[in-house]
Amino acid sequence: MISNMIKHLVATGLALGLGSAYAESLTKIGAGEGKLDVVAWPGYLENGASDKKYDWVTGFEKETGCKVNVKTAATSDEMVSLMNKGGYDLVTASGDASLRLVAGKKVQPINTALVPSWATVDSRLQSAPWHTVGGKHYGVPYQWGPNVLMYNTTVFKTAPASWATVFEAQNLPDGKPNKGRIQAYDGPIYIADAALYLMTKNPALGIKDPYELNEKQYAAVLKLLRQQKTLTHRYWHDVTVQMTDFKKEGVVASSAWPYQVNALKTEKQAIASTIPTEGATGWADTTMLAADAKHPNCAYKWLEHSLAPATQVGVAEWFGSNPVVPTACKTKAPGGSDFCTDNGFTRYEQIKFWRTPQAKCSLKEGCVPYSRWTKDYISIMGGR
Amino acid sequence: MQTAITNPILRSFSNTLYRKNNWFLLLLLTPPLLWFGVVYLGSLFALLWQSFYTFDDFSMAVTNELTLGNYRLLFDSTNLDIIMRTLSMAVAVTLACACIGFPIAYYMTRYGSAREKGFFYIALMLPMWASYIVKTYAWTIILSQQGILYWLFNHLGLTGALNAALQLPVIGGNTLATSNLGRFIVFTYIWLPFMILPIQAALERVPTNLLQASSDLGAKPAQTFRKVLLPLVIPGVVAGSIFTFSLTLGDYIIPQLIGPSGLYIGTMVYTMQGSIGNMPLAAAFTVVPIVLIFIYLALAKRAGAFDAL
Repeated sequence: MISNMIKHLVATGLALGLGSAYAESLTKIGAGEGKLDVVAWPGYLENGASDKKYDWVTGFEKETGCKVNVKTAATSDEMVSLMNKGGYDLVTASGDASLRLVAGKKVQPINTALVPSWATVDSRLQSAPWHTVGGKHYGVPYQWGPNVLMYNTTVFKTAPASWATVFEAQNLPDGKPNKGRIQAYDGPIYIADAALYLMTKNPALGIKDPYELNEKQYAAVLKLLRQQKTLTHRYWHDVTVQMTDFKKEGVVASSAWPYQVNALKTEKQAIASTIPTEGATGWADTTMLAADAKHPNCAYKWLEHSLAPATQVGVAEWFGSNPVVPTACKTKAPGGSDFCTDNGFTRYEQIKFWRTPQAKCSLKEGCVPYSRWTKDYISIMGGR
Repeated sequence: MQTAITNPILRSFSNTLYRKNNWFLLLLLTPPLLWFGVVYLGSLFALLWQSFYTFDDFSMAVTNELTLGNYRLLFDSTNLDIIMRTLSMAVAVTLACACIGFPIAYYMTRYGSAREKGFFYIALMLPMWASYIVKTYAWTIILSQQGILYWLFNHLGLTGALNAALQLPVIGGNTLATSNLGRFIVFTYIWLPFMILPIQAALERVPTNLLQASSDLGAKPAQTFRKVLLPLVIPGVVAGSIFTFSLTLGDYIIPQLIGPSGLYIGTMVYTMQGSIGNMPLAAAFTVVPIVLIFIYLALAKRAGAFDAL
């Protein structure tokens, strides 16, 4: 209570007293401040400590004199709360967090003129709606990736063509039903996966965007998810547990991240992944600059460095994601893999990127907001 | 070696306190009481106060308008499901821990030699030295279809019985790892030491001659147990059950990793606080275990559980 009031007072004070100082973004990059504090996904900023081959931080530190401190966050919500606490310069926010940060005035617009490599960024991502608000860019794209359909190759000799594998009761290629052998994701954002499937399966519903659903479309999506509930082995929440389930629990198909696919392949498991004909949901992460960044010069230097092909390629191969600089696909990766093909770079058009569903949307009747997604998904997982 | 107080200020201070015991006591107790009052209770009440705030579904923002709406929401069918699910698990786990824990504690106190006692203590405490998360992850592997439990059942020819048990409506599920039965096993395993230790402490305090007197006076062993031993040990069982009951009510790791997908109070608080920032409803949910524990204590007191204290 009291702390809230203090926070409120401080925030108001900042807005009144310092507002003008932060309203204008930097116009010229000066000397580095010697330090840079970043909130990032695990694996996003590697300094060679995990694997000597994967290091795109040490060189930057030597070149600019900016010592990089990384605070890793496991969920988008953790990122938002870390940024709310303050004290960080940059954050690699996903689409379900970035707009919340903009709305909460925790991040500031970027002066793209100070990031020369901005021109090399995929033109489709330059003005993506999850970081561009009112014509201003609140960050520089970093990486993106799809939520793939992971499957067991001893059961599926050819890749399953449709998400129906996990949504509709059916017999799998080995002749046994899919009941109890598939999984769904344990997060309300998964409602979008069901909506995406219905876009193709039932065009009469008129779903244009899986993150913008009116009441009628939403009801149809929930009906599908309730049907799916009877088929699921369980809702996966934790990557390690999902990997155990594929190895030891007889689960053969589920939505998953490239991370699990790559990890299971490394263990020589009979696992592969695909993006079915309906397309897939995905994430696109943006490096955003904190509104009260203490080291703006180092931050801008990093923004430029984050787009360098070597950085982009390293992250993409290490994390299982795609570069936002298309030319980076031609650069050789530290591990030598064809990461752009592996991680679905050519399927960009089929990816519907994570966004927080909001009541105010492009539909004139309005959309069902995320809070209701959360509430209803909890009911569905609980069997109601 | 004693040094006389040379500093004049300190000396006059100590002279002032001389024979003023209340002042002295107040000075001694103020720091811990401040800690308890401000840090401990203060933060709890600050949290509970939030449960009266309003969460706006459309803007997904919290406003300071006071409302009872969050408490009304608790009785929503979905949320009531969550509460009942957690409560029934907590009761089941508590009963199981008491049934398993009592004989072990009894053996430790009455029959164990010093060596055996040491062994039991170590055996009980050993799992508590390992990280709770690691143990839970280990159980996901133990319970999996290619895990050791399935292997064991298979070799004993009991796979049919296990599958039949998993077909049962409430405790069953697709597999052991996704059933309430599996979750119950893990909960019971993790919280068992918290039940055994207080029961054991209570048993230690029961003088053996009371039991001998009881049997001298002609009581059968069962009667001695019911009329003499149990009433004296019940406070220990209640203390243990408060641990197992409240720990199960608040846990949010095991329900995430093992068992079917329905949320528990702990996971619900985590989701509400985390993914949509609905702190008010999360706070209202935290009130539920507090109220349940109070009800439980009131019932225990009524049943005479604390008479022997």
